[in-house]
Amino acid sequence: MEPVAVVGVGMTQVKRERKADGYPDLVFDATRAALDDAGMSIDQIDNVVTISNDFFDGRTISSMAIMDACGSYDKNVTTVEGDGTFGAFFGVMRVLSGSYGTTLVCAHHKGSESQMPLITNAMFDPIFARSLGIDAVTSSALQARAYMAKYGITEEQCAMVSVKNHGNAFKNPIAQLPLELTVEKVMSSPYIADPIKLLDCCPISDGASAVILASEERAKKITDKPVWVKGVAHCSSAYQLGDRNLYCVCALEEAAKKAYAMAGVSEPARDIDLAEVYDAFSYMEPLWLEGLGICERGEGGKLTESGRTALDGELPVNASGGCLSGNPVLVAGLNRIIECALQIRGDAGEHQAERVKTAVAHGINGPCGQSHCVWVLGGEK
Amino acid sequence: MDDWRKDQELLVMEGRIKVPYRWFAGEVGTRYLESLRDAGKFLGTRCSGCDKVYHVPRRNCPDCFEECSEWVELGSSGILETYTVVRKHHPQLAPLPLPYGYGIIKLEGADTGFLHLLGEFDDKDLEVGMLVEAVFSDARQGNILDVKYFRPAKGVE
Ligand SMILES: [Zn+2]
Repeated sequence: MEPVAVVGVGMTQVKRERKADGYPDLVFDATRAALDDAGMSIDQIDNVVTISNDFFDGRTISSMAIMDACGSYDKNVTTVEGDGTFGAFFGVMRVLSGSYGTTLVCAHHKGSESQMPLITNAMFDPIFARSLGIDAVTSSALQARAYMAKYGITEEQCAMVSVKNHGNAFKNPIAQLPLELTVEKVMSSPYIADPIKLLDCCPISDGASAVILASEERAKKITDKPVWVKGVAHCSSAYQLGDRNLYCVCALEEAAKKAYAMAGVSEPARDIDLAEVYDAFSYMEPLWLEGLGICERGEGGKLTESGRTALDGELPVNASGGCLSGNPVLVAGLNRIIECALQIRGDAGEHQAERVKTAVAHGINGPCGQSHCVWVLGGEK
Repeated sequence: MDDWRKDQELLVMEGRIKVPYRWFAGEVGTRYLESLRDAGKFLGTRCSGCDKVYHVPRRNCPDCFEECSEWVELGSSGILETYTVVRKHHPQLAPLPLPYGYGIIKLEGADTGFLHLLGEFDDKDLEVGMLVEAVFSDARQGNILDVKYFRPAKGVE
């Protein structure tokens, strides 16, 4: 692949309710921050990719409403409906097309403006599933149970993920929900849908973020700290939950394999220094780490227990606090990319991990991770 | 820009999107739902390429991408592949009083799982791999809720 670099990043504060800002305001703040980070003006952006969702925004073709806010007048804009990792993947392709030297990718989400259970219920098939009342939490609970039953993963091991990530969030100024937790506290929080408890769940969040991608030639002129996209791939699996073995994350394994091949990663547990994965529920982190080949199938719980994924461990996972500490949907994946870029640059501040040369960012689309997008980022080409 | 804001409650517009919609069940979906309604029987479709039986039925096999052209009658009980017991739910979504459950059930004769509700259980009853059976609604209307829920199968194991 021709080299493509992340040359600028911007994130807003993630909060439960951002009543002072409409979603275009959030997009403006994130875009402005990314331009400032890159030291660029909007005129130097060749094209724009926006990431939005009509159901979340309560507006048809909701991307129309942010064209002003992302500085896209007189530019080619395309819109992606899905997680930020997928939108940014499209941004990479735009740079690779050769027609654009720089691409701005921005995502926004205001979970506080609608009712998440009703919105996430609407992702299910209206004829065969929607009227059952299933939503993001209850479908994830089915996956958590399948995972636990298959491999003997325990609720305590999942609780440890929640303790770790909420703890890391204290060091990340944009995180919404730093919490001082213990396994006992998580275990004694009320069940929402067995085996998922309140403190295993991400909060409802508002936020936006933006990333500027550039070709090698342009990147060199923009920054002396480019973060290179070494490998990126996504892969999808079945829509209907019953068509999948929910404990088997084959689509993620496939996406990871492709991204690693591009990046020259042969032994992920050794070659990767840090990972940011889409932990909307605590069980997801160990499951996705298995899919990413950081450990064997069924070993994700033990990996968490071992302390290797802690901020000061050998392979910190969700050093930022992860989605558990703030989950603006769609933005969340883009934030995983941004966190990895900051870590590689050494700009992660208090949650900076040691020696991050190669990092993996991960995002999902669809119920229980129907699709996965994997990014391998590095400081050297 | 925000000096004035100290004493000002920020405004919120309340609203609701109401868009009538019709989802066509199609020929496959219609035959399936009609069978549930009129005969109380589950139907699946078999792939002409790999023989896999899909439930709920569909036109094409996502695995080998051949046509699923044969109808197959399935049992009304099956194996519980995974489940959850719902303790807290959105009132506008809850189809049953709390606590109820969801399960993915592989019906006898099917190769794929079926997402549906669980009822008539004690928490300690539920286990991955157990046999559950369908309970049909009294007044069936040709939709997926013609199956009221699945419950632990009585006396069969
Ligand atoms: Zn087939």
